[in-house]
Amino acid sequence: MAGPVRANFDAERMLGHYRLMNRIRAFEETAEAALKAGEVKGAIHLSIGQEAIATGVCANLQRDDLIASNHRGHGHTIAKGASPAAMMAELFGRATGTCQGKGGSMHIADFAIGMLGANGVVGAGILIAVGAAQGVKLRREPRVVACFFGDGAINRGPFLEGLNWAKIYTLPVLFVCEDNGFAATTRTASLTAGGGPDARAASLGIPATIVDGNDVAAVDDAARELVARIRAGSGPQFLLARTYRLKGHTAADVAAYRSAEEVAAKQQDEPLRRCAEALALNGVGADRLAGVVAAARDEMAAAADAARAAPWPDRALAWADVQDVGAPVEAAR
Amino acid sequence: MSALSYLDAGRLALQQEMRRDPLVWALGEDLGRGGVFGQYRGLVEEFGPERILDTPISEAAIMGTAVGAALVGTRPVVEMRFSDFALCAVDELVNQAAKARYMFGGQGRVPLVVRQPSGMWRSSAAQHSQSLEAWYAHIPGLVVVTPATPADNFGLLKAAIRCDDPVVYMEHKDLWGVTGEVDDSAPPLPLGKARLARRGEDATIVTWSGMLRVVEATADLLKGDASVEIIDLRTLYPWDRDAVLSSAKRTGRLLIVHEAVETGGFGAEIAASAGEALFGDLKAPVRRLGAPRIPIPYAPPLEDICRVNPAQIADAVRGLLR
Repeated sequence: MAGPVRANFDAERMLGHYRLMNRIRAFEETAEAALKAGEVKGAIHLSIGQEAIATGVCANLQRDDLIASNHRGHGHTIAKGASPAAMMAELFGRATGTCQGKGGSMHIADFAIGMLGANGVVGAGILIAVGAAQGVKLRREPRVVACFFGDGAINRGPFLEGLNWAKIYTLPVLFVCEDNGFAATTRTASLTAGGGPDARAASLGIPATIVDGNDVAAVDDAARELVARIRAGSGPQFLLARTYRLKGHTAADVAAYRSAEEVAAKQQDEPLRRCAEALALNGVGADRLAGVVAAARDEMAAAADAARAAPWPDRALAWADVQDVGAPVEAAR
Repeated sequence: MSALSYLDAGRLALQQEMRRDPLVWALGEDLGRGGVFGQYRGLVEEFGPERILDTPISEAAIMGTAVGAALVGTRPVVEMRFSDFALCAVDELVNQAAKARYMFGGQGRVPLVVRQPSGMWRSSAAQHSQSLEAWYAHIPGLVVVTPATPADNFGLLKAAIRCDDPVVYMEHKDLWGVTGEVDDSAPPLPLGKARLARRGEDATIVTWSGMLRVVEATADLLKGDASVEIIDLRTLYPWDRDAVLSSAKRTGRLLIVHEAVETGGFGAEIAASAGEALFGDLKAPVRRLGAPRIPIPYAPPLEDICRVNPAQIADAVRGLLR
């Protein structure tokens, strides 16, 4: 499944993808371990197996470009350029987190690098992304907004409303549907009428580009073309990236609704493995690849260590940033 | 000063704010033709279709895109047409707009205004008549404004547009045609400050929005029997606790009158606060008047059951004085 040796193979770019995908993978595995150890609380949704999409798409975005994400957003956020150490601290609920420990996994945001927020509500990020695109258009800023959502989101109203909206106003949005086959713990196909995400997008005048979402080079190539069209003023574009969620819906979900054989077969097709094989075929040595893996793990282990050592948020932060008018006062309690 | 309708006062406020700040824009259904009530008449001609945006009938998208546009620094004025329809956009308002700044640890602001025409106007039935202000007052992060006069619709809308928080702005549909003196050069009004609508000695009535006129008419009827102090709350969150409690302490009697359903209405919050703060100072138990907990019916004689009327208010005041 490694794919052919590409004539125009850009080993350095591919190696960059491999490095980023490994960092995302290591982040997720470290977070999962911390959850199991009771250090990370609540629910986290791992993107293990889906790293190529975040990587390939964000490789074509500038720092000034924007993304909006969903509940499975760690990979998107790292790929856009957020600090994994600050993200890990957020998962640990510490003051040094991206959101001062007030958001957690499902509300990670990093406005400094154009990440407008993960979201706890399926499909909600679509409208925020479309609105951000409307805002930047109103401000005459040449920015692109990428919007990540899953196949489950296409059954929510904001999918229809948001795609229609982006199309009628010709907004600079790249819709990225990460089709991992599952809507929470149910197979999406069993709940979805018609021809799926691409058919629905096409019906709104936004033809989908369909790509193997586990092939990072293919995602990169497709995203490059779509982002270029958006920058040229062609309005919204739609990337349907087919992938597979190797973990459960949340990190606590053992995913007993599918067979071990199915998952084992999908492991053969997962994006890091495929990327490594492609790099090896194109002459990148095993030592170098192993070094990438080790460096990613070291980085995330250090992030977790730093998070463990970081302080809890001050109690006063609970009352901060609610609102300016009628701001709550701690003394009133 | 000039006489303006409540509707035109709101339109003038938006026009002035759009002239002042190019990042202010409005979006909603039919705005290019003035909006369903004419509140946007003439604005597309001045500001163009990008800043007076005609939208599809997609309430969730109207609100949700406004959140995204606010997060990147613009100041959207969201028109929901009827407050009842805003219920199609509650996730976008309550889960997104109200919480974004907090969840993100102070990154980002959501400076949007959600105009939600509210309340009963004759025979609009159960899906075009509701007063749901208490719902929004319950949500941390939101400011809730309920203007009762043309001058306030001017000054409060300007304040709402300049506010960096998401503001639920509930204009009463029965007030659109009401005229009053408006100083079109007046500065924005402070949010969270009540207005002493009438000075009185015997009892305090707290009200807001469309009920103010009814309460004022009742107080006229009661002249001679009772001197009633009337407080127009203007904003429900934050609500002017000091103004209400100091007045009730002075008169010793408190009645809250609102159009919304009495059960769980904002009057309950005010009554509870007065009970906690003024137990020994009150000469009578705090009273509330609101609508019965039934959907608003269409037929005028039935609809009137939902309206708090002057006779009920007068009876309640007399009861407090007994």
